[in-house]
Amino acid sequence: MLGFVARRLLYLVPVLVAVSLLTFLIASLLPGDLAYVILGDQATPEKVAALRHDLGLDQPVWWRYLSWLGHVLEGDFGRSFRTGQTVLQAVAERLPVSLELMFFAEIAGLAIGVPVAIACAVRSGSAFDRFMTGSAFGMLSVPTFLSAILLIYLFAVELRWLPATGYVPFAEDPVANLRFMVLPALTLALAEWPGIMRVLRSDMIATLQEDYIALAKAKGLKASRILFVHALKPSSLTLITVTGINIGRLIGGALIVETIFALPGIGRLLVGAIYTRDLIILQGVVLFVAGGFVVMNFVVDMLYAVLDPRIRHGHA
Amino acid sequence: MATLELGIDEQVAAGPAGRTRRLGPLFWAAVGWTVFILAAAALASLLPLPSPTDMDMLERRAPMSLQHWLGTDGLGRDELARLIHGARISLTVGLCAPVIGVAIGGALGMLAGYFRGRFETLVVGSMDVLLAFPPLILALAVTAYLGQSLLNLTCILGVLGIPAFMRVARAATLTLSRREFVIAAQALGATHVRILLRELLPNVFLPLLAFFLLGVAVTIVVEGALSFLGLGVPPPISSWGSMIGEGRESLEIAPRLAFIPAIAMFLTVLSFNLIGDTLRALTDPRQGAL
Repeated sequence: MLGFVARRLLYLVPVLVAVSLLTFLIASLLPGDLAYVILGDQATPEKVAALRHDLGLDQPVWWRYLSWLGHVLEGDFGRSFRTGQTVLQAVAERLPVSLELMFFAEIAGLAIGVPVAIACAVRSGSAFDRFMTGSAFGMLSVPTFLSAILLIYLFAVELRWLPATGYVPFAEDPVANLRFMVLPALTLALAEWPGIMRVLRSDMIATLQEDYIALAKAKGLKASRILFVHALKPSSLTLITVTGINIGRLIGGALIVETIFALPGIGRLLVGAIYTRDLIILQGVVLFVAGGFVVMNFVVDMLYAVLDPRIRHGHA
Repeated sequence: MATLELGIDEQVAAGPAGRTRRLGPLFWAAVGWTVFILAAAALASLLPLPSPTDMDMLERRAPMSLQHWLGTDGLGRDELARLIHGARISLTVGLCAPVIGVAIGGALGMLAGYFRGRFETLVVGSMDVLLAFPPLILALAVTAYLGQSLLNLTCILGVLGIPAFMRVARAATLTLSRREFVIAAQALGATHVRILLRELLPNVFLPLLAFFLLGVAVTIVVEGALSFLGLGVPPPISSWGSMIGEGRESLEIAPRLAFIPAIAMFLTVLSFNLIGDTLRALTDPRQGAL
């Protein structure tokens, strides 16, 4: 087990290096000189040359990469030339918002997906099962920004129950904070539950045919206990896997949702950096998100190895 | 790992094995809608439609009428014409990008699955790096630097699809390479090129095609998301995503401006998903089709 972790950790290093290299190359090889972005199109060539020298842009690419990587490893991701904020400050400020959003989205997704999956698995093949499976398939075809608009239209424009956009920190006013979170989290949850439901449903159908479920029934255990304790437990592994697979989609979805609902999270920071051509922030945030994503995937892989899948159904 | 949001093995056959699959009316409805929207997009310039860019400030947000079947948008442009011309953009990107993905990814996957060894390690490793980026983030970052254009957008989304196609092609090739007909061809002295093209390609083709259709659905969604954020195709051109984005501004006055392109997009994505999923179920060896 330790050897396995060590091997995976060793594998993580080249991936992270390659990710940093790709992030850097996207930022430096593609057109759009940082000096021109800072000084504007009207700048004189002398000024541009001077600034390029100050920023180290006249050095060879590999040297710039190594020095950038060195700074990053020391925890210095750079500083926005527009706001003067460091990348780390900006990320630290925005990260809690994104994490809160993703947390609530995942909770809501599970809250919808798990009961539906169980209900479908119990009566697999029934009209209810077919209807919900069909709806889940249909929901997979609804892009996040569509459900966002639909929810805004329903709950903010027509019913006027919830605010459409805005944000208040949780520490300032918890109730208002949660009210602002409902629609964004629900939007993401609408995209999350079909995946959860589909995988869990097929998993449960297989589990419910196991001998030990028949035994539990024969013992006269309550149906709810059998379903939620005996049948759901072996599927927890599947749930972890689905959650892991969905992280990438969740990050992308959070980016769109934050922009639509004006939540000051990482996604909006990134989109804002693109609109204002704040290349340093862009580069730093992309590296941060991709790095975090790689580490998250690693953690999910580890969890998966810990809960060995072969013990699940005994015949996999 | 998260690929372009495509689930590979989500379904376990719930029905009794060996039951012949009928395609069903839903499948044919999906095919019908796809053909209809493709035809409308292809023939957009031949159809008797007003220009999608002509503005009429006196008729802003006009309701549906005989003159404007779906009404007009916030700048008085004909909504139906914009919808059909928008379909052109969405479908062009949606179809061309997966072609890039399936060509490069499919070739890499087949070579990796057939030759194995160092080459396979290299290909799988580099795909892992590409997969290390959340797809939408990478697409956004690259468009931001490269600049917004139809070509750039198509290429980026195409490259993003490569790992997923590579995985499908490699997995299929791995199992096929050990089958008798490949071994027989090798024993008969067939060259690698011949085995790859004549023996393996016809068998890898169908799973790739099924995945291609699912890829089209995903690409339309991602393109829509980028255009919705105003980071997709540049402004004078409009795709469904940018139309929805513009419609969102007038959600209180004329919600139809957001919902009409939204419905068109939903139906199209759903259709490609349905067709792709049906094909995949037909070609998936794990479900007893082989």
